[in-house]
Amino acid sequence: MIATFRAIVARDLRLALRHGADTLGAVLFFILAGALFPLALGPSPELLRRMAPGVIWVCALLAALLPLDRLFGAELEDGSLDQLLLLGLPPSLVALAKMTAHWLTTGLPLLIAAMPLAVMLGLPFATLPVLLAGLLPGTLILSLLGGMAAAIVLGARRGGVLLPLLVLPLATPGLIFGAAAIDAARTGLPFAPDLELLLAFFAGALPLAPLAAGAGLRAAAE
Amino acid sequence: MRVEEISVFRGERLVLDGVSLAMEAGGALLLTGPNGAGKSTLLRVLAGLRKPDSGQILWHGTDAFEDRSMHARHIAYLGHQEALKPGLTLTENLALFARGRPLIPALEAFDLLELRELPVRLLSAGQKRRAALARVVLADAALWLLDEPSLGLDARAVERLGDALETHRRAGGMVIATTHVPLPLPDADVLALPGAPLEAATGDAWGAGGWA
Repeated sequence: MIATFRAIVARDLRLALRHGADTLGAVLFFILAGALFPLALGPSPELLRRMAPGVIWVCALLAALLPLDRLFGAELEDGSLDQLLLLGLPPSLVALAKMTAHWLTTGLPLLIAAMPLAVMLGLPFATLPVLLAGLLPGTLILSLLGGMAAAIVLGARRGGVLLPLLVLPLATPGLIFGAAAIDAARTGLPFAPDLELLLAFFAGALPLAPLAAGAGLRAAAE
Repeated sequence: MRVEEISVFRGERLVLDGVSLAMEAGGALLLTGPNGAGKSTLLRVLAGLRKPDSGQILWHGTDAFEDRSMHARHIAYLGHQEALKPGLTLTENLALFARGRPLIPALEAFDLLELRELPVRLLSAGQKRRAALARVVLADAALWLLDEPSLGLDARAVERLGDALETHRRAGGMVIATTHVPLPLPDADVLALPGAPLEAATGDAWGAGGWA
């Protein structure tokens, strides 16, 4: 069972490597969207520093949405979904494998790209560890919620439009606590409670999102 | 395996109406019938991909829909689509389904050995179909569900398909296939699905103002 799980992740990683442009797209969008803020708001370092946590989190949220449409959509279109469901793995584990692949190909690169973006926006170096500590569960949450939503809207006529409408409201708690943690670190306040709430959110999403996604996959195959 | 009184609705239309069948080890069954008679739907139900609206599938006496992941291990399914990723090579495509079993004999069974390192996007339609058939062999499952397996195959590949089917049945495996053309399946039972009555297919749409 674990071997099959790993094989699905490995297959998706290989596909992501072959279609490198699609994979890089999300990261480039993230950096570009972040770079637009100084242009739009003016080069005041104080203003940018204050807005940086929110900018980084919102851009990461939007960038993580980009590849979701194809996460299960491509599998449904070419008939692979049927074969994945017939692997003998519970559908929730198939979904979790796809979510893991999404995190490895989107969440992890975003995490790395967040560092130059943070420096660019003038966040103090001391807050970088807090930024990463928040974005790590944050991107994991985005992969879980995003994969869940992608599985639920799978087969719907306007799935691509529904997807952000479903993910964005669900992801707001992560956004609030994640940005608040960096803000707290910047102003010297305790940031641990915010990170703990973020981890609690992740702990809740980890079992629930794959279950919902599995049901979505079954329904889409019918 | 026994199938009892399966009925399936698609939308408002009754596609399968009380279909029953029984399969023994080594048995083969051909599903025939006009387009839209529900052949593919029946295969999907048997694979556990779709729940029937009534009736049940018994595998060694237990209901297959109680644990669909368990049931899936007995099934090798070939659908209309080949389910191959164009960017990956043949070997990479099939690796997920090998689960530790050797890949070479399955590729050999359909003359795919020389093509195994080519990306699938370079293969022709018939070669892709053969690759999908190789996945069926690879699954090492008791029941093969084949939806028009000979679609796009040349004479030699059909011969190879016949060999694979015979090997499978001699080992005690079962085959259910839909087809419109003769298949290399000697002494197979035939189940003719009648297809929907004409008024059910068109009458409602007209009556309910289908144009609007």
